[in-house]
Amino acid sequence: SKTSSSLTRGITDLFTKEKLDAATLDELEDLLIRSDLGIATAERVTEAVGRARHARALDGESVRGIVAAEVARVLEPVAKPLDPPESARPAVILVVGVNGSGKTTTIGKIAESYRTAGLKVVLAAGDTFRAAAVEQLAVWAKRADAIFVSKETGADAAALVYEAWQKAKSEDADLLIIDTAGRLQNKAGLMAELEKIVRVLKKLDPSAPHDSLLVLDATTGQNALGQVDAFGKVAGVTGLVMTKLDGTARGGILVAVAEKYKLPVHFIGVGEGVDDLEPFDPQEFSRALLGLPRAG
Amino acid sequence: MFDALTDRLSGILDRLTRRGALTEADVAEAMREVRRALLEADVALDVARTFIDRVKERAVGVDVVKSVTPGQMVVKIVHDELVAMLGADAQTISLAAAAPVPILMVGLQGSGKTTSTAKIAYRFTNRDRRKVLMASLDTRRPAAMEQLATLGTQTGVATLPIVPGQSAVQIARRAMEAGRLGGYDVVLLDTAGRTTLDEALMAEVAEVKRAVDPHEVLLVADALTGQDAVVTARAFDEALGVTGIVLTRLDGDGRGGAALSMRAVTGKPIKLVGVGEKFDALDEFDPQRIANRILGMGDVVALVEKA
Ligand SMILES: Nc1nc2c(ncn2[C@@H]2O[C@H](COP(=O)(O)OP(=O)(O)OP(=O)(O)O)[C@@H](O)[C@H]2O)c(=O)[nH]1
Ligand SMILES: Nc1nc2c(ncn2[C@@H]2O[C@H](COP(=O)(O)OP(=O)(O)OP(=O)(O)O)[C@@H](O)[C@H]2O)c(=O)[nH]1
Ligand SMILES: [Mg+2]
Ligand SMILES: [Mg+2]
Repeated sequence: SKTSSSLTRGITDLFTKEKLDAATLDELEDLLIRSDLGIATAERVTEAVGRARHARALDGESVRGIVAAEVARVLEPVAKPLDPPESARPAVILVVGVNGSGKTTTIGKIAESYRTAGLKVVLAAGDTFRAAAVEQLAVWAKRADAIFVSKETGADAAALVYEAWQKAKSEDADLLIIDTAGRLQNKAGLMAELEKIVRVLKKLDPSAPHDSLLVLDATTGQNALGQVDAFGKVAGVTGLVMTKLDGTARGGILVAVAEKYKLPVHFIGVGEGVDDLEPFDPQEFSRALLGLPRAG
Repeated sequence: MFDALTDRLSGILDRLTRRGALTEADVAEAMREVRRALLEADVALDVARTFIDRVKERAVGVDVVKSVTPGQMVVKIVHDELVAMLGADAQTISLAAAAPVPILMVGLQGSGKTTSTAKIAYRFTNRDRRKVLMASLDTRRPAAMEQLATLGTQTGVATLPIVPGQSAVQIARRAMEAGRLGGYDVVLLDTAGRTTLDEALMAEVAEVKRAVDPHEVLLVADALTGQDAVVTARAFDEALGVTGIVLTRLDGDGRGGAALSMRAVTGKPIKLVGVGEKFDALDEFDPQRIANRILGMGDVVALVEKA
């Protein structure tokens, strides 16, 4: 992920100051707000840094270090690899989120990584709504050499999921990854449709879905908190992926989400290519947020 | 949309209007709360700050009219500054150019360009009786061209036949040629999503712009965007000279900060808003109406206006 240029610039200004006075702390808070941490989280982080200020004389580097460490402290407990159970055949990964967040693309990338790890993967085109959503996932299935199950656009998504699970079972596949249509969390009807998909899955295998991934777009602001809340309730979200960290957005909302919901973060998306998926690394993420160079 | 901001602001301002006299400190305290409400609604920090400064400046020396309380005056000032920030007059897409009028749709990945292209085409076709051609210049995302073609079939709007292997610029030229030969009024050019850090892709879309000289360059942006809204709006505007903004997903419960921010930093009007996934889920953007909705204090504003 790229560093955040204005945040970097701001912190570099701090660099030249001798110690952390109140004004400097205010500036720091502003910088964190600009990274979408949200005002409450930004205030909390700034306070933590303020408390540390008398410990020793601080230059900009150490300020950034302290802030990055503070952010990483929040994120560390949530950094967890995606680890679908080997015992479940198939292990089911349901992928949900608002429109355009990057669900389909992320599925393509995840499928490819499991394929190269030697797993047999089935992709289910559960977005039976959006124009050419099926065709889009079909291309990814081909790229990742995965078995592909689809129905015509307009078909019942839950029925498609049922078929896809049967297919995965009969093929003795390791993994079934289910794409779903994008939906805004305030649309009751669409959220009910998602609930139905989960219900159908549970009838097929009471332990499914084994993972329910919420895909968050890094450009999203405070609305991401509402997304985690609503999708959590309806789809039992077990983990997060944050996409589009290759752009100018810094995804600081992830810090607020981690504080509040403590959900695992598995991956970050850093581009549109099949390999543009990285494990979530809290140190690197925090360093990038503060414009520090990559550690490793 | 905007409901949460409305709740917050009306709560703060309500307290203000109920008081008799107002000290500078009272106003300052209320403005601190307003700033917080704006930031929680994703209004860009600098935009929020400018907004607060302007309200404070006007509120301090305000002439109090007998029939209204100082608090009501402050509400009116907040309202006026909000309208100013959103752009006083409603503006929509212009077709006042020689046919076929090229319109270029640009934006980040997944912001809603293709869907908005189809919605605009549908509106021009059915409401304005224009002959519209849509073309996808997205040579990169899987099934992006098929998506637009499907939407063309669903809306009954013509799409440029897909020719594999052509570059975005080649497709744009071919679309304009087909637009001329086919007697089309409007040619809508949908492009691939791109981050503004991607120099190659930003250069590509700039080349498309040079090739077709679009009458409108519409930046399609997601209303759920946070602080990045200003960075993105500024970068697209600097690279391409945006003529207007289409704000999508206003049907969500985002707080609309991006709407305020993008307009404020670029000075470019929000011309249309997307309020759903269907072709007819497209509205005009009326700054007055939106400001009233955000503040939820239309009666106070009317009262002060009459005084
Ligand atoms: N730059 C960048 N683009 C991404 C990333 N992930 C996805 N995208 C792009 O974002 C856009 C939307 O991605 P999709 O995978 O179609 O998103 P979706 O959530 O499936 O969208 P809907 O199904 O329409 O709700 C596409 O143009 C993708 O190529 C990422 O990590 N970085
Ligand atoms: N709820 C809602 N969804 C929308 C709106 N506009 C677009 N969408 C949805 O957002 C998702 C992405 O829309 P697209 O039109 O494919 O976005 P795009 O900008 O063309 O995406 P790329 O070409 O991949 O960069 C789709 O699921 C659309 O149905 C809107 O106003 N409201
Ligand atoms: Mg999708
Ligand atoms: Mg598109």
